[in-house]
Amino acid sequence: MATLTIKDLHVSIETDQGPKPILRGVDLTINQGEIHAIMGPNGSGKSTLAYTIAGHPRYTVDSGSIELDGENVLEMSVDERAKAGLFLAMQYPVEIPGVTVSNFLRTAKTALDGEAPPVRTWIKDLRGSMDAMQMDKTFAERNVNEGFSGGEKKRHEIVQLELLKPKFAVLDETDSGLDVDALKVVSEGVNRVKESTGLGVLLITHYTRILRYITPDFVHVFVDGKIAEEGGPELADRLEDEGYVRYQQATA
Amino acid sequence: MSSATDTAPVIPGAQAHSHGPGSPVPVQTRSARFRSTDPTAFPAVTGREVDWKLTPVDRIRDLIDGELDGSPITTTVTEAAGVTTEWVGTEDARIGSAGTPEDRASANAWASTAKALVVTVSSEERVEVTIDRTGADHAPRASHLVINAKPNARGLVVIDNRGSARLSENVEIVVEDGAELTVVSLQEWDDESVHLSAQFARIDKSATLNHFVVSLGGSIVRVNPSAALAGEGATGKLYGLYFSDAGQHLEQQVFVHHIAPHTVSDVLYKGALNGKGARTVWIGDVLIGRDATGTDSYEANRNLVLSDGTRADSIPNLEIETGDIAGAGHASATGRFDDEQLFYLRSRGISEEESRRLVVLGFLLEIVQKIGQESLEERLIAAVERELEAVESI
Repeated sequence: MATLTIKDLHVSIETDQGPKPILRGVDLTINQGEIHAIMGPNGSGKSTLAYTIAGHPRYTVDSGSIELDGENVLEMSVDERAKAGLFLAMQYPVEIPGVTVSNFLRTAKTALDGEAPPVRTWIKDLRGSMDAMQMDKTFAERNVNEGFSGGEKKRHEIVQLELLKPKFAVLDETDSGLDVDALKVVSEGVNRVKESTGLGVLLITHYTRILRYITPDFVHVFVDGKIAEEGGPELADRLEDEGYVRYQQATA
Repeated sequence: MSSATDTAPVIPGAQAHSHGPGSPVPVQTRSARFRSTDPTAFPAVTGREVDWKLTPVDRIRDLIDGELDGSPITTTVTEAAGVTTEWVGTEDARIGSAGTPEDRASANAWASTAKALVVTVSSEERVEVTIDRTGADHAPRASHLVINAKPNARGLVVIDNRGSARLSENVEIVVEDGAELTVVSLQEWDDESVHLSAQFARIDKSATLNHFVVSLGGSIVRVNPSAALAGEGATGKLYGLYFSDAGQHLEQQVFVHHIAPHTVSDVLYKGALNGKGARTVWIGDVLIGRDATGTDSYEANRNLVLSDGTRADSIPNLEIETGDIAGAGHASATGRFDDEQLFYLRSRGISEEESRRLVVLGFLLEIVQKIGQESLEERLIAAVERELEAVESI
C-alpha cells in the first residue's frame, strides 16, 4: 500500500512585490484507499497545495518535503510525478487546439505504461469510461476541452482518472460549477475508480455539498496556509452549519 | 500567446492615423492601389513600398524586373469527369476576369506569359483535381493559371508545388454563382526555390471559396491572395499554414474585399518559426465597401515561435466604408508556448518533448483539419511532423 507524506511544507509564489508565502507548514499523510477532504475558505492555499503536489512551475517550495513511498516527489519533473502515480484533476482544465481527446488519452496511457495499450481493449475501456461519465462517444474525436462546457470538462477529467489509474488523485474543486446531476455523475465516477483501483484521494473543496456523495475518511480544515483542525466526517457537518467564521476570527 | 485584440468596427476618418513623417506611404483605401498588367507602368521597386518593405527584394530582382521564360511550365492535371483543362492564349476572355496585378513582379509575370492554363470545374458532384507542378530547375519563369468553377459546381483543386522553381506567377480563381470551390496552394519546394504568387479570386452570388495557402518548402515564398466578394451572399474563407526554418522567408499578403451585401469572410493564418533567420510576414487587409451592408468578417494571424533568432511580422488592417455591418474583427498574436497547455499534458505523464510536439502540431493542425480531404490532411500532418523533427528544443 502506497503512502503520500507531506511534511512541514512551505510554498511561495513570485509576485511583483517579491515572493509571497502561501503555504506555511503543511503536514499531511494519505494512504492509498483513503479519502481526505481539504476544506477551507478562498485564498487559504488549498489550490496551491494541489498544484505544488503536481509540480506546477509557478510555485516555489521553500522548505519541507513531499514523499511518495519514501521517494522525493519534489525532485521529480511534472511528468515523472504522473508516472510515479500522482494525478491532478484541475479546476480549470486547459483547452488544447488540434489535439483530439482520443489521441491525448492514448499518448498519456502509452507514456505512463511505457508501451501502447492493446487497440481492442483500449477502445473498449475508453468507450466504457466515457459511457459511465455520460460523455457522448463523439467527444473522443473532438479537440481536448475545446468548446466543452464546465461540466463536460470535469467529467473528462474523471475519464482520465479512470483510464490512467494513478495511485493518488488530487481533485481541485472538481465540484465547482457543477449542477446536482453532474455532481452525482462525477462523484460516482470517483467512487467507482476508488473501488476498483484502491485510489487515494485528496478532495479539495470549498463546500460540503460533494461530501454527501463522496464520504471522506478524514477532513482537514485549511486556514491561512496550514491545517487548522482535523477530524472525521462529522467535522464537515459542523462546517456546513457554522462555516469558516470560527477559524477566521481566530486568525484575525 | 503574448497578445490578442478584438477590435470593434472603426469608422475611417474618426481617428487620427499617421504613417510617420516623410513616410512614402500615401493614405489611400486598399482598393485604390495602382493596378496594371504592364510592368513598366509601375515605378522601380525600391524595397520601401508598403507591399515590398518586408520582402528581401534584392534577392528576387530577376523576378521583379528581369526577363522571364513564359512558356508553359511542366504541369500534370488529374483527369476527372466534369473537369476540363486547356492551354489558351493571353487574348482569352477568361484572362483578367478575376483580377489585375498590383505589383511589378505580378505584372512582369503577366506580360511574360505566352499561354495560360485554364482548369474548368463544371461537375455538380464534388470532384478532386490535382495540378502537379513539380519543377526541374531554377531558371526564372512566369506562369498564369485560371481555375474556374462554373455555376453550382463543387470541387477541390490542389496546386501541388514540389521540386525546383524560380517562379513569378498569377493565379486567377473564378467561383461562379452557387459554386463551392476549395483551392489549396501547397508549396513544398526545395531549399533553393523562389516563388512569388499573386492569386486573385472573384466570388459570385451565393458562391463559396475555401482557399488554403500551405507554405513549408522554399527559400523565399510569397503568396498574396486577394478575394473579391463580388456577388450577394458570397463567402470567402482564406486559411493559411506555414512553417519557417532557419533562413527561410515565407510571406503572405491577404486582401479580402467585401463588395456585395451579405457577404461573409473568415481569415485565419497560423505559422511556426524555428531557427536563426526564420522569417515570416503576414499582412491581412479587409475592406468592407460602401455597398457591402450586412457583412460579417473576421481575420486573425497567430504565430508560434520555437527558437531564438526568428522574426514574425503580423499586420492586420481593417477598413469599413459602411456602418451597417453584422460584424468585423481582427486579431494577431505571436508568442512562445502556452505553459499551461504544456503543464496539463505533462501532468498526464507525457514527456516535455512529446508535449511540445503535441502542442505545436495541434496549433498548426487546426488549419489542416479545415481542408476536409483525408489523404491530403494525412500528407500535411506528415510534412509538419518532418518539420518538427528538425526542431532541436522539441
